[in-house]
Amino acid sequence: MSEQNTKEAEPRVNAPADHSTPKANPLQNFLRGSGGRSLGLVIALALLFVVGAITSGDRFLNLENFLTIFRYASIIGVISIGVTFVITAGGIDLSVGSVMGLATVVASLTAVQLAATQSHWILMVLVALAVGAGAGLINGLVIAYGNVVAFIATLAMLVGARGFAELISGRSTQIVTNRDFLQIMRADFLGVPILIWIFVLVAVAGWFLLNRTTFGRRTIAIGGNLEASRLAGIKVKRHLVYLYILAGVAAGIAGVMMLGRTTAGTSTHGLLYELDAIAAVVVGGTLLIGGRGTIMGTVLGVLIFSTLTNVFIQNNLDTSVQALAKGLIIVVAVLLQQRFAARGPRRAKAKPIRA
Amino acid sequence: MFEEDRPRPLLEVRGITKQFAGVQALKGVDLQVLPGEVHCVMGQNGAGKSTLIKMLSGVHQPDGGEIRWEGKEISLPGPTAALDLGIATMYQELDVVDGLSVAENIFLGHEHASGGVLHVKKANAIAHKLLKRLGHGSLSPSTEVGTLSAANKQIVSMARALSRDTKMIIMDEPSAILDSGEVANLFRVVRELTAQGIAVVYISHRLEEIRQIGDRISVIKDGRSTANGLSVTDTSRAELIRLMTGRDVENVFPDRQPIAADAPVVLDVDNVELFGHFEKVSFTVRAGEILGFAGLVGSKRSEILETIYGARRASSGKVSVNGKTLRPGSVTSAVKAGMGLSPEERKSQGLILDEPLFKNVTLSTFERFAHGGYLNERAERNAAREQIAALELRPADPDRPARTLSGGNQQKILLARWLVHGTPVLLLDEPTRGVDVGARAEIYALIRKLAAAGTAIIVVSSEIEEVLGLADNVLVIDDGKVLTQTNASDIDEHGVLDLVMKGSAA
Repeated sequence: MSEQNTKEAEPRVNAPADHSTPKANPLQNFLRGSGGRSLGLVIALALLFVVGAITSGDRFLNLENFLTIFRYASIIGVISIGVTFVITAGGIDLSVGSVMGLATVVASLTAVQLAATQSHWILMVLVALAVGAGAGLINGLVIAYGNVVAFIATLAMLVGARGFAELISGRSTQIVTNRDFLQIMRADFLGVPILIWIFVLVAVAGWFLLNRTTFGRRTIAIGGNLEASRLAGIKVKRHLVYLYILAGVAAGIAGVMMLGRTTAGTSTHGLLYELDAIAAVVVGGTLLIGGRGTIMGTVLGVLIFSTLTNVFIQNNLDTSVQALAKGLIIVVAVLLQQRFAARGPRRAKAKPIRA
Repeated sequence: MFEEDRPRPLLEVRGITKQFAGVQALKGVDLQVLPGEVHCVMGQNGAGKSTLIKMLSGVHQPDGGEIRWEGKEISLPGPTAALDLGIATMYQELDVVDGLSVAENIFLGHEHASGGVLHVKKANAIAHKLLKRLGHGSLSPSTEVGTLSAANKQIVSMARALSRDTKMIIMDEPSAILDSGEVANLFRVVRELTAQGIAVVYISHRLEEIRQIGDRISVIKDGRSTANGLSVTDTSRAELIRLMTGRDVENVFPDRQPIAADAPVVLDVDNVELFGHFEKVSFTVRAGEILGFAGLVGSKRSEILETIYGARRASSGKVSVNGKTLRPGSVTSAVKAGMGLSPEERKSQGLILDEPLFKNVTLSTFERFAHGGYLNERAERNAAREQIAALELRPADPDRPARTLSGGNQQKILLARWLVHGTPVLLLDEPTRGVDVGARAEIYALIRKLAAAGTAIIVVSSEIEEVLGLADNVLVIDDGKVLTQTNASDIDEHGVLDLVMKGSAA
């Protein structure tokens, strides 16, 4: 009896399945989905390359310069991957830049460097990661168990971590003296600098974690509907803490990279990086309200910004003009995405099945 | 029939059609609304009622057919055009701004101002007059709307319609968010409006309600009109159901099955209490038993359910499943022990609307399909497919976003979630809210089937008839107190209401 019921009762609900199922046309589906969003970014990146090639010719179009673009992208890129997770879960982390600065300061303290010289340079890395994880843990606990809004909690960490870094460094720049560490961080592998390799590794690991694991599923579920996730039995609070730790650890990794690149630890490292990271994540197509995240998009977002910077530097243009262009890109990218989204999964909203 | 004697229709819709992305949502709908009447539009979920409303309020434009307003053919390119003609729409999700005052909401978009400076006093005075016309003079125009009940927000919404010299108000399931006392009040206000010559187009699928408030009825089925302007008094309930579903619905509730005498107690609730919400409750549910919570809105039924589930932390008492005591205030502990909740607000508490169906089905179980944290989406999809087939979920596409499914099918996703989990205890809060008549019968049958398979089930519903029809045993609850615990067949709707009335009088 019930078989007939359904057929009689809801044929209209049944009908669209044949017409607008996501599998209708693989190409359309691809363009509408994350592929399409990434494609837009790839096109934007390609346009920037064309502009670079036209304005600077060979100075722009050479392997050395491409590596420069990637190296420039690598540190902010690692931070952005961590931030992608937090934003996908519907949170925000404003503290990543400060935390990275703090990590460089703590890891380059005389005592730490001394200990590292006596044992192994990896100690500096571990210290930087621990600082990131610790800051993330505090963020997570305050947000998940203290019920403080993420924006405020991480804003407090942004200010606090910077202050703490100034305090313990005495506002001075601490030079990294550990030769082994510097050698490793400045090494090339297959002709590609280690910083870029770290970025690539973090991006691949991040992609896998977000798209192929239970950790990623929880992240997306919480961002999509926190209450539903909680009522389905997911340990939401615990997971939120993990997420902020993850973002902190990413900032710690970025700190290590920064120490390697600049050979110095200082509290001014990472100033405003949080905004660059959020911009890259959002331009990449991760929803600021959570529920949808793309590592690929974030990577492309970071590359777009670093290429832009590169093109501007090559043409000796003012950094103010560059900032202006950045702002424009953010707005245009998000506007375009909303267009895509309106035609994509969101279309369901405009097409009511319910009557 | 006898339309010659009637006044000229205010609104006339002839054969309008509308297509969305290849789907024919409306295939030809007619509607004739007279001034000063309550015209009910009925139809199941997915019949096209919402689409029709959106055509009339200018949100969407029809592909074919015509709309005539006061005899002249019109087109409504946007919501403002409809408002300017005098067509106001009251959506289910009330479109009031919580942070603004009552008066500010009433005049939103057409403020009383000169040179950008608002005339607050004047606005408040006019707002007061409008509210008075609606019989709600006691509602202060300067109150912040966010502090009002859903019922009063509706009044604000209606006052806004009045403030615009409205000739017709479309109300989309206005009673869905109200309890029975508030519904009576809503009807009074509706009468107030029609007495002033305003036509009301009333969308609902509650048959009882329509008999009380409606003058004439039009029915839509599958995007087509199946009846136009029937007189409410001359049309039987059975006839309406037939028009809506195309078949006869006699017995919606499945037969009860006797619970085995040796059926074990699965859920044991022992003196659970939540200060400020409800007093100590104790009961047990045996395998195969359906226990119903009957009570009015505000009786704290849902709070009791959520506390048992651990979504709220009990002040005292303990809950055990199959003899295992749960950690208080821990949903994870409840789920692990074998309890599943289908929450009251399906969309905001149950589903991740933009995620595909299968991920919604496995939201409680995806870890089982993973190896060392690595997800196996194919296994998840297969598990979801099994449930889709078993529950006859439509459309049977595991990759479709949950948002695009009808209310009844969204409800089935939640049932499927716990079926995959295999929980011995199911808590169902308002399992048929927003679900149409046909799909309801299906969900009832499913619930009964689950019980027959040995699941212990609690059903909470604001429809007393539903609780009594579905459950084996009933707790009658009022204001956080259990008034009585009885066999469902020993009590009827009047009995429950009697108890509740007495309870609140004491």
